[in-house]
This record gives sequence, structure tokens and C-alpha cells, in this order.
Amino acid sequence: MTHVLELRNLDTSFFTEGGELRALQGVSLTVGSGEILGLVGESGSGKSLTGFSINGLISPPGRVVGGEVLLHGENVLDLSREAMRRIRGQNIAMIFQDPMMTLNPVLRVETQMRDALAAHLSLSRAEARARSIAALDEVGIPSPAERLRAYPHQLSGGMRQRVAIAIALLHQPDLIIADEPTTALDVTIQGQILALVQRLCRERGTALIWITHDLAVVAGIADRIAVMYAGRLVEVGPVDDVLDNPAHPYTAGLMDSVPSRGRRGRRLNQIPGRMPALTSLPEGCAFQPRCSRATDACRAPQELQDIGPERKVRCIHPLTEATA
Amino acid sequence: MTAAPMLTVENVSKRFGGKGDLIARGLAAIGLAKPHPQVLAVDDVSFVLNRGEVLGVVGESGCGKSTLGRMIAGLLQPTDGTILVDGEARGARVAKRDEPGKAPRALDLQMIFQDPFSSLNPRKRVTDLIGEAPRVHRIVDRDGLERYVADLMERCGIDPAYRDRFAHQFSGGQRQRIGIARALAVKPEILVCDEAVSALDVSIQAQIINLFMDLRDEFGLTYVFISHDLGVVEHIADRILVMYLGRIVESGPAAEIFTNPQHPYSRALIEGVPRLDRRRVVYNPIEGDIPSPLDPPKGCHFHPRCPLAQDRCRVEAPKLRRIAPGRSAACHLVPEFSTVAPTAAKESTEWPVTKTG
Repeated sequence: MTHVLELRNLDTSFFTEGGELRALQGVSLTVGSGEILGLVGESGSGKSLTGFSINGLISPPGRVVGGEVLLHGENVLDLSREAMRRIRGQNIAMIFQDPMMTLNPVLRVETQMRDALAAHLSLSRAEARARSIAALDEVGIPSPAERLRAYPHQLSGGMRQRVAIAIALLHQPDLIIADEPTTALDVTIQGQILALVQRLCRERGTALIWITHDLAVVAGIADRIAVMYAGRLVEVGPVDDVLDNPAHPYTAGLMDSVPSRGRRGRRLNQIPGRMPALTSLPEGCAFQPRCSRATDACRAPQELQDIGPERKVRCIHPLTEATA
Repeated sequence: MTAAPMLTVENVSKRFGGKGDLIARGLAAIGLAKPHPQVLAVDDVSFVLNRGEVLGVVGESGCGKSTLGRMIAGLLQPTDGTILVDGEARGARVAKRDEPGKAPRALDLQMIFQDPFSSLNPRKRVTDLIGEAPRVHRIVDRDGLERYVADLMERCGIDPAYRDRFAHQFSGGQRQRIGIARALAVKPEILVCDEAVSALDVSIQAQIINLFMDLRDEFGLTYVFISHDLGVVEHIADRILVMYLGRIVESGPAAEIFTNPQHPYSRALIEGVPRLDRRRVVYNPIEGDIPSPLDPPKGCHFHPRCPLAQDRCRVEAPKLRRIAPGRSAACHLVPEFSTVAPTAAKESTEWPVTKTG
């Protein structure tokens, strides 16, 4: 499978008065055509920052300080601002958590869609309108021609997120980065959006990075899963392998924290403590102060190591042994 | 201790929006003015909660679950109906003389809010946040206050050494612990938790859920646990109320509702919840949006989205009926208890379930 996107040792830092904060450290990932990668982590794990780094949206005092972002083999970090602008929106699209924030509240849906089209194409008004209607229709918005006249506040949350998805899809991007797109939505609406995104990616062969804190959503939608903790990837692998046999103690802890059937009313296996601040990252493995398996050796720097086909884990005491 | 249930909610409704004054009403009546919009946020809700039970209230935005919680906690007055705590009306309890040395009975109900950032006074130190209410209500004397606050902080998992800090110096999970300690400080019997863990990260959420369960065992607390997160509610609740646009559509023991939901809306809700053990799901969600509560659909509120809707559903609102021992549902299609064997109901209707594969 060819990789649409490959990250190689991506480092992103924020330069503050207190010194350099290493927000992302050595993030390496691949996403193939038509593949859905679930990028999972808690607040502050760097999952959203990974998305922003790919898209060149890190603003000062933050900066991508090392590594490569390869889109179809080409490193987009080397591109000029103008060249990056042409890629953003056209080849890489983003969907955010809050569609009220992504949509301009004082512009009609039509204006916003036309602007998005005009950013990369020169189309006549009628052509732009026809493409907008087709895009809205595709994401399941009833009577799309009338909806074009609407302002964002006239639409429900689910409809707004559909509009945001329609705008993201206007240019048929190769890669979509979806940052918690269903977190603000109700359960039944979340199901609708999941079904929609799933269908569109499979049909068009779009690569999708689904950023979320919700392991259960990833279980339902993703092919592969990558778990982040304190700016580093701690585990990567196919969704079944990772969720059935988590290798990193943090992944296992996270899964045990999710209330699930069959453990009703019992205490959840909680992970003690909380994620360290970037200003005071512990030495070596960042999870080591909260980990029950930690030994002195965990204070040394840890590398991602292969433990099976397509599986990597950053732990010297993984919960599983390498299989075949 | 009396044999009366801890909490009795009888035919409680809440209407928002005014009728307007006499003239406005007159004009509306003769068609010269539009009637003021009204929202029936909670429509004729009744239930009984026993001591030590955990009631989960689930539903999507606009279903009235928070309004119901606020009425139970006494922050809103119901438009109709009564709420009895320990067999007494709230007003009567507040008016009663408090026994010396015991918490005033008005404090029996405490609420824990969703957002630990906005529910704590940013200008107060932790020791005041937690200690103010018990001091004012003379639950502890001035000398014992420090010890009392320290014990509460310890119990809720906050280091008492942080007593002089402000709320912004804590993480979200720690702040929620402060909110819980503050609620417990007045020795309540019932805690109303409105989305109390929704804003927290997964690993922190697990810590707070465990704390809630420990406190229930330790203090014999009764909970009304309001959440849109069905996984959390399934874990903690003994009984469930499923609400849709102000009405209860189904109620019953948590284990039964989650394994065998009867109302089409409960089914859709429970089927739609992503779960760790369901991989590569082909989602087959119910269509449409939640209708505006300003203009709810006629008949059964759920009929425009219901895959099983029939003509009758469009005109006649179904009543909440007993469908099995301890279970009720408001749906024309769910047979009443006694008319059918409990197992037959499941196969009775074709249901487009979400599939794994």
C-alpha cells in the first residue's frame, strides 16, 4: 500500500520564557489511501498538535523543529508559504470539533463554500453553486439549494458539522484530518456523522486521521490506532491487535478506564495521578511515574520498538510478547 | 429512618416562557397576536427513588434531563407536580425547625455540576469553598472547621496541604473533586450529578466514577446521575430513565434496559453508542435531528425519526405503561405487560440494527 502521508520523527516545540517545551517528540506515522487511522490520547497528549503540524498550522511561539511530513513522498515542511497554502484545503483538509468555530457566523453557507472553492479554483458563480449543492447533497443535507442561503446559526449542530465536512470534501482531498469531530454532538447525531465519514472515505479512497479521546469511537471506525502520551507515540498497530492485546501499560490503563459492559457497578481500574505537564516531563518514559510495571530501567530514554507485524510500542516492559 | 422513598417525583412538569399579560393573551385568543412561545421542558415526569439507589437519567440535548435535575435540586420550581424528599415536600422541610447540631434539612440535596471551571468561585481559596457552607450552617464549630475541611479534602482525594490555593491552580479532575467535597460538606442525602464527569479525560473520569461509588457505599448516598454518556450511566446506575423531548420514553433497571431496550428511541440510543468490543461497525443511525422543543411533533414525539412509526403514532401520544415488572415504556408498539410473554417482544418487530463486520 502506498502511503498518502508519512511522518518521520516529527518534533514540535514551543519556545517560551521558561525555555523550550517539547510538545511533540519523534512522532512517526503512516496513513494509506482509504485507510482510517485513529489517533488517541487525553488532553495535552499532543494529538491535535500532530494534526496542526501536518497542516503547517503551528504558529509562534511554536515551531516544527525537526522531522519530515511526507505527502505522497514529498516533504511539505520544505515548501514555501504559498505552496503550502495551495496544498492546505486542496490536498489536506481539516474538520474540527466545533463547527460553530470553523464556520463564519456572519456569512451564508453559500458564500463560505464559494470562498473555499475560489481558494484553489477559478469557477463561475453558477459552477461554484452547482458544486456546493452537490457537496451538501452528498453529506446528506436535505434540500441543499435552500440550505445554501442559511447562516450557520440557523442550522443544528449536526447539520453544521455536515456543512463543515462538505467544505472539507469540496476539493476531493487525499487526506482528511478530523479533530474530535463528533465530541460535541449527541449520540444519534454522532452515529450519523460516523456513518457518513466512513462511507465517504471508503468510496473515495481518502486517507483519514481521526483524532479523538474516545477509544470506543476509534474501535468502531478505525483500521489502525496510534496512542499518544505526553507528546510521544506510545503504541501503534492494527485496531484489533491493539485493543485485544494492548502492549503499553498506558493503553491498557486507558481501556480499563472506559466503563464497559460486564463490569457494571464494580470499581474501574483507574490510572493513578495524571499526565505530567510539558514543563516537568519525567526522565525516560513519560508514563513511568504512573506505571505499576515501572523499574529503574524506565528512567532511560525509550524507543518505539517493533513487537509484531505493523505493531510498535514504546515500552521495555510491554504487556505482551512479540507474536510471529 | 422512615419507610418512605428517599425521593418521590410526582407528575412534575416545567414550562418555560410566559403566557404574556392579560392583553397579550386576549390578542392571541382572537388571533391578533402570536401567542408567546412556550417550551414544555419536562412533561409529566414521575418516579420514585429509594435510599442508596442510583438513578441514571439519559437523553440527548434538549430532552429536559438537566431541567429535571435542577427541579430535584430545588434550583427551579416545577410548574406542576410535587417533589417529595423522604416523604415530605421540599417547602415543608425547609420551613421546619432544624435540629441543633445537625445539617439543616434544606441541604439534603446537593448538586454537582458539569463544568468544574465555572462552578467554583475563582476568588475563594479551597478551604473557604469547602468550609463556608458548614460554617454558616453551624455543622461544625470554628475550632473544628480546619480539621473538618482537611478530612473532606482527604476523602475526596485532594492533598489538604493545598487548602490555601485557588481553584484555577488545580486541574479539571482536581476541581471536580473540590466540587464533590463542597457538596459533601453539608452532609447531603441525595446528590444530583449533572454531567459531572463529561468534561473530564478518560483516565480522570474513571477516578471520579470510583470516588462516586465509594462515597455511596460510605455515606449511603442516593444519586440522580444525569448524563448523555450511556457508558458511564450503565456503569454506575441501578435504574434508568430515558428521556426524549421532555417525556420519559422508557424506564427500568439498568441491566435490563441496556441488554433489551424496548422503546425504539432507547434502542437507537443504545445501539448507537460506540463500544470497545465493536470493531469496524457499519453505522446505521436513525435519521434526522432532534426536533425543536418549541414545536414538538404531534403524537409520539419520536415518530418523525422512528423506523417503525405507524399512523397511530402520528396522532396519539403513547402513555407510559408497565411493560414488565419494574419496567415502563411509552410506545404503542411495545405490548403491555401480561399480554405477552417477556421474551416474545424482541422478535416482534424488524429493527435495522447497526452491524459489526
